[in-house]
Amino acid sequence: MVKKEIIAMLLAGGQGSRLGVLTDKVAKPAVAFGGKYRIIDFPLSNCINSDIDTVGVLTQYQPLRLHTHIGIGIPWDLDKNIGGVTILPPYEKIGDSEWYTGTANAIYQNLDYMELFDPDYVLILSGDHIYKMDYLSMLNFHKANKADITIATMPVPEDEAKRFGIVVADDDGRITEFQEKPKVPKSNLASMGIYIFSFKVLKESLLALSKEPGCDFGKHIIPYCHGKGQRLFAYQFNGYWKDVGTLRSYWEANMELIDLVPDFNLYEEFWKIYTGGIFIPPQFIGDSAIIEKSIIGNGCNIYGEVHNSVIGAGVIVGKGAVICDSILMNDVEIGQGSKVFRSILAENVKVGSGTILGQGTEDLNKEKPDIYNFGLCTIGEKSVIPDGVIIGKNTVVCGITDVEDYPDKVLQSGETLIKAGDKL
Amino acid sequence: MKAIGLILAGGNSSRMKELTYRRAVAAMPVAGHYRAIDFALSNMTNSHIHKVAVLTQYSSRSLNEHLNSSKWWDFGRKQGGLSVFTPTITRDNGYWYRGTADAIYQNLDYLRRSHEPYVILAGGDAVYKLNYNDVLDYHIQKQADITVVCKTLKPDEDPTRFGTVKMDENMRIWELEEKPVVATSNTVSAGIYVVRRRMLIEMIEKCAEEGRYDFVTDILIRYRNLKKIYGYKIHDYWSNISTVEAYYQTNMDFLKEEVRNYFFKEHPDVYSKVSDLPPAKYNQGAYVRNCLIGSGSIINGSLENSVLFKKVYVGERCVIRNSIILNDVYLGDNVYIENCIVESRNTIQSNMRYVGENGVKVVMEKNERYAL
Repeated sequence: MVKKEIIAMLLAGGQGSRLGVLTDKVAKPAVAFGGKYRIIDFPLSNCINSDIDTVGVLTQYQPLRLHTHIGIGIPWDLDKNIGGVTILPPYEKIGDSEWYTGTANAIYQNLDYMELFDPDYVLILSGDHIYKMDYLSMLNFHKANKADITIATMPVPEDEAKRFGIVVADDDGRITEFQEKPKVPKSNLASMGIYIFSFKVLKESLLALSKEPGCDFGKHIIPYCHGKGQRLFAYQFNGYWKDVGTLRSYWEANMELIDLVPDFNLYEEFWKIYTGGIFIPPQFIGDSAIIEKSIIGNGCNIYGEVHNSVIGAGVIVGKGAVICDSILMNDVEIGQGSKVFRSILAENVKVGSGTILGQGTEDLNKEKPDIYNFGLCTIGEKSVIPDGVIIGKNTVVCGITDVEDYPDKVLQSGETLIKAGDKL
Repeated sequence: MKAIGLILAGGNSSRMKELTYRRAVAAMPVAGHYRAIDFALSNMTNSHIHKVAVLTQYSSRSLNEHLNSSKWWDFGRKQGGLSVFTPTITRDNGYWYRGTADAIYQNLDYLRRSHEPYVILAGGDAVYKLNYNDVLDYHIQKQADITVVCKTLKPDEDPTRFGTVKMDENMRIWELEEKPVVATSNTVSAGIYVVRRRMLIEMIEKCAEEGRYDFVTDILIRYRNLKKIYGYKIHDYWSNISTVEAYYQTNMDFLKEEVRNYFFKEHPDVYSKVSDLPPAKYNQGAYVRNCLIGSGSIINGSLENSVLFKKVYVGERCVIRNSIILNDVYLGDNVYIENCIVESRNTIQSNMRYVGENGVKVVMEKNERYAL
């Protein structure tokens, strides 16, 4: 008889469009982080560290890298006979088949999966955040309060509270009110998008709102349960938690890892973060290299200078090249004498020799100033940048480019260069 | 699936001195992220040999820990997989493995119950890439009884710590000498053999009846005129690590680009147990030149021509030259190390100085790790 007290449902189907070209070919949870990891490693590792061994991962947008990364869950010890990790993509049904139209709709479409395990509680997670959290302590809080729903919250500075969904709770932690991006916040507790539901309550609300278009936890399920007078509690989390939803926050979260003693410390023995797709060889630092204030992944060959940067696995930095304040994901190659300032280079980018990235005026991006900002130069995966060109700030390049694509060998600050289409 | 693999990883080597106090040679860390046995195991899996047994008895804890899952080398589970056999007391036997042949004899049931026609015998103490199927094809083509993989050493390498062989123009081996006082050949046995399973069982049984225990002296050398023994020469990188000097040199070889490319980039890959460590971190004041650095290391000092293994902490103003720092070593501030091998899990207190004056020095401290 299969029975799990708690199972987790991990929402990993979103695009994360505010990460621009970084999520053109991969879902946001599969975006690389910290020189070795992918964002989804954090909630998955939290699950197994919290003794939750049954995790459904709901995928939809560009799932290939996510699926191959998770596999059968070996890196997280989630390859179990009973439970373990299960990938749950949308599927065709008799009658009206549909994609996952909202967070709660996706869970609704997988009621059968949850019922396999006869759970008492269901933990709803998203694959978008960098944090270490003990979900069991949240579960204990849920049980102690005889709650129907517990929402994880964390205190945020008052001026930032306007950007979040704010939870107002009484002294016992019972939630009295919700405010979505309020002008005048009544509390500083922001919802982290992590919920524990008693399964009966979850099932009842999902069935009741099954016809709701784009059914969403924050917009529909939580208000519905609150309206019915069910017991909603706010669990306060005080550790490091970072939403990496924008290029700026993604860049900042990576850079924070470089600090002498980072707030978010990956070097502790306790609460390890596990990851798949391991690239095993050690890194080689050449005769002419200079490396300072950086973290560098396995199998790299560094012959140039690296300052204040996060370098993924298998990266090659040529002689005389300089990398500053940048993030290089796996298998990036930087040619000799090239300079990279304040840039994000996605996986498998090839930069020629004598090229300069991230140098120029501070002009805003002309097409998508709300995405490509903060002075960053962003290069999409598998892009090729030719020898001897200069690329400015607040720019984006994607695709296999050659010198003709750069007028006078320069891509001015604020420009966009996207060459779509498959090539042989 | 024509062959099963037997890896004889039982021994220690007195010539590795302090380095094997705590572990078998096969469990020695190599090239930053690996252990010696990874090379033989990866060769097995890359040769599509899916059924492999490792025979071990000396200080086998690290080795057992390393071999805790067949997954790291992609061996299956249902069709053989990876087994580790240490000596056990049975109704008929109360001895440790008294030699390589005895180790096989004590596990003869494993050979009897297999159905594969051939056995690949290998050690766990050499760094190399080899497709064992090429040796097997050669063995069949030569209609050999035993095929011995051989390597011709360079003039500056000492053959006397190996078994030397002499063969005729047909590659038939007529003379074998184990660790000769004076070597008359610079072609040595690499300790890798191919033999038909039934013949191996027969020879091992006979050997046991006669109270003999060693595969090389009691089978290879004793039967050299009776059985058809052929040599298979390898020409690529091969290095046996079982002396302190050879161990040091093998690790240092990985600072050469062609060696790194051969093992790390060229197909097929070498596999190892995954260690779940974060990437290496370089703080302000780090100065690193011509070094191999393992993951999980944190570097504050300066390093030259050295190999750092996993999870090494290098304090501020440290200077490390021409040295090998094994796993999980903590170096306090202002430490000077030159020409040394620092044993794993050491804690070196600040301001210490270690220099290997005449050759490589092995550093073993027993300091308690203080809270960081």
